[in-house]
Amino acid sequence: MLHACIHFPRLALDALATGPHDERQARAVYAPGRPARIVAANRAALRAGVRPGQPLANARAACGRLNASPRDAEAERTALEAMAALAWQYGPQVSVMLPDVVSVEVGASLRLFGGWTALERRLRAGLDATGFAWQLGAAPTAAAAHVFARQRPGLAIPSPAQAETALARVPLADSSLPDTTVAALRGMGLATLGDLFRLPRAALARRIGPAALAYLDRLRGRVPEVLPRWSPAERHERRIAFEHGIADHAALVFPLRRLLHEFARILVQRDAAVQRFTLALEDERGHATRIPIEFLVPQCDPDALLELARARLERHAPAHPVFALALHADDLPLARPLPRDLFDTRRPGHLDWPALAERLRARLGDSALHGLACVADHRPARASRFVATDTPSPSAPSLPQPRPFWLLPRPLPLAAGAWRVLVGPERIESGWWDGGDQRRDYYVIETHAGQRAWAFVESGRPAYPRGPGWYLHGWFA
Amino acid sequence: MLDDDTTDFLPFPPVGSAPPVLPQATGLAQPHNVARRTAPSVSRGAAPAADARGRQAALAGLLRHPGIWRRATPARIDARPTGFAALDKLLGGGWPCGALSELLLEHDGLGECSLLLPALAECARAGRRIVLVAPPHPPFAPALAMAGIDLAQVVRIDAGSADTDWTAEQCLRAGCCGAVLSWLPRADYRELRRLQLAAEAGDSLGFVFRPLAAAREASPAALRLAIRAGADGPRVEVLRGRGLREGTGAELRLSA
Repeated sequence: MLHACIHFPRLALDALATGPHDERQARAVYAPGRPARIVAANRAALRAGVRPGQPLANARAACGRLNASPRDAEAERTALEAMAALAWQYGPQVSVMLPDVVSVEVGASLRLFGGWTALERRLRAGLDATGFAWQLGAAPTAAAAHVFARQRPGLAIPSPAQAETALARVPLADSSLPDTTVAALRGMGLATLGDLFRLPRAALARRIGPAALAYLDRLRGRVPEVLPRWSPAERHERRIAFEHGIADHAALVFPLRRLLHEFARILVQRDAAVQRFTLALEDERGHATRIPIEFLVPQCDPDALLELARARLERHAPAHPVFALALHADDLPLARPLPRDLFDTRRPGHLDWPALAERLRARLGDSALHGLACVADHRPARASRFVATDTPSPSAPSLPQPRPFWLLPRPLPLAAGAWRVLVGPERIESGWWDGGDQRRDYYVIETHAGQRAWAFVESGRPAYPRGPGWYLHGWFA
Repeated sequence: MLDDDTTDFLPFPPVGSAPPVLPQATGLAQPHNVARRTAPSVSRGAAPAADARGRQAALAGLLRHPGIWRRATPARIDARPTGFAALDKLLGGGWPCGALSELLLEHDGLGECSLLLPALAECARAGRRIVLVAPPHPPFAPALAMAGIDLAQVVRIDAGSADTDWTAEQCLRAGCCGAVLSWLPRADYRELRRLQLAAEAGDSLGFVFRPLAAAREASPAALRLAIRAGADGPRVEVLRGRGLREGTGAELRLSA
């Protein structure tokens, strides 16, 4: 087991930051109350004498230009969720420990990433990209990793024995033990965790109580830890608002690309894919035009998502300028890559059928592709129907007479003229039970131009003369 | 674009002029003005024999260029049997694969689609799709099933007239469609050229149905057939085709 623990010391401050800030401006976040107390402060404020835990009035007295805002618990929780999603890439068990810690078990995925050094480099790069201040520690237990992350950022010790040695040097003030316990132990002349480890267990239990003793055991890995398990959200929502309306829909491709690339990154992090999502294009008054986008198979490739979404956007984009673009996906199934041949013989530029079908549907509409299937019915109008593609068809009927390649959707009256009967009649009589009763004599006829057609006359009528009552129903194309 | 037309063949040679046949190493008689113009010094025997051999070797090397097709050598075309012996003989083996075949119809309903059915059935058996792009009427499933086509491979695509050629091109180029049938009465040379290139890229059978009146227009299709009514079935005439003789025809008997 190797737990990586990420501590966000300025979470309350960073969660409120929406863009790059001037670091010389002293900023702080306070928890409302009586008195309101400072929770976090940036470097400029710290230099001016602002301290976490200080009453807000004292902080304002220390730093006249302090830009103080109340803390936003919701924003902190959202930010921590995003950090957990980031950590989810590196291990299957992620825990969010309130208020400002995320831990992930990476021991199982070290081989996949090529060892701790490589994994750490990727994790650091990912954390740096978020813009949050962070401290990382790794140890065989999550509790120890948490202590390292706070007290000695950057320390990573995979071996339990060495981790215990390092823990022994940690001052009690940084041990995450309750403040009252720490004060009591200090009064006994104990300074570090190592001093506690050396004490007889029974005596220690009497002095600090069973809860603190259990914590010390978890720290050293003597008892298994129970960690809350974080799991990623089952939906994704993202909205980009523009300062000015975008009337040109070609220009919408840029925010769309940003939305979809971010979406695809989240999908990859979660090993998920998306089969349907909605794009909402909002106008000036916030009224949204929704474009549902649905694929035949779940997709997670950003370029494929962009190509398919873009074609639909071009088809359905509203006429008014767009002031915000939002993406909403409710269902994110597990990604299942399509099976491929080991020795892929496809040439570059070739598509397989699912990819081609998606491309065609994106441009022509979701209902442009049809499969064809036989139906076990003797009435020609019901013997053939269009179905969803890839629907298996019942086997071919064995019919005594040929059937035309084209069947007209509606029979056309056949004028008396220069045509002659080649084959027939073939009587087709069916459907008395369902109200669609038909009794027809079908003939293969040839027109004067040499075309072959399928024609019928209601049974009982004389076949000759070729007067009214004859209908053209298909072409032998 | 016109380059490969002139190197391939001329569909309708002007009356009185010879086809542009190069004389060397063909084994054909060389009585034509072309031969006299291109190789006078060799035939006169004025140059030394070694020089002539050198020139012949150089010319032979030049003619091995893959872009040059010579009428005397059989075209290296991958052909799919049509399922009709007479048609196979006429087409030199079958429908050209990785190429566009243009079927020019005197009227609808002459059995033009039935000509394709055995080849389509073979396609479906190979697990490749058969795509009908914007057909003029709904295809009748029992007719296709009776011809042995696995209907699970058949796809009809509704495309507006503006999107028909784009759709056909995408399907031809993708390589997963064995045969693509499209109806393009008003396609121009440029559109057909794109389809021909897409069929080459995707190694598919491309079929385009057009009215016979379009025979007068230039076309980049590898095979052009005119289909007229015959006594007992369609009468097929080769308007042009690689390695085929123009104007030859065959009359087929279909089982209808």
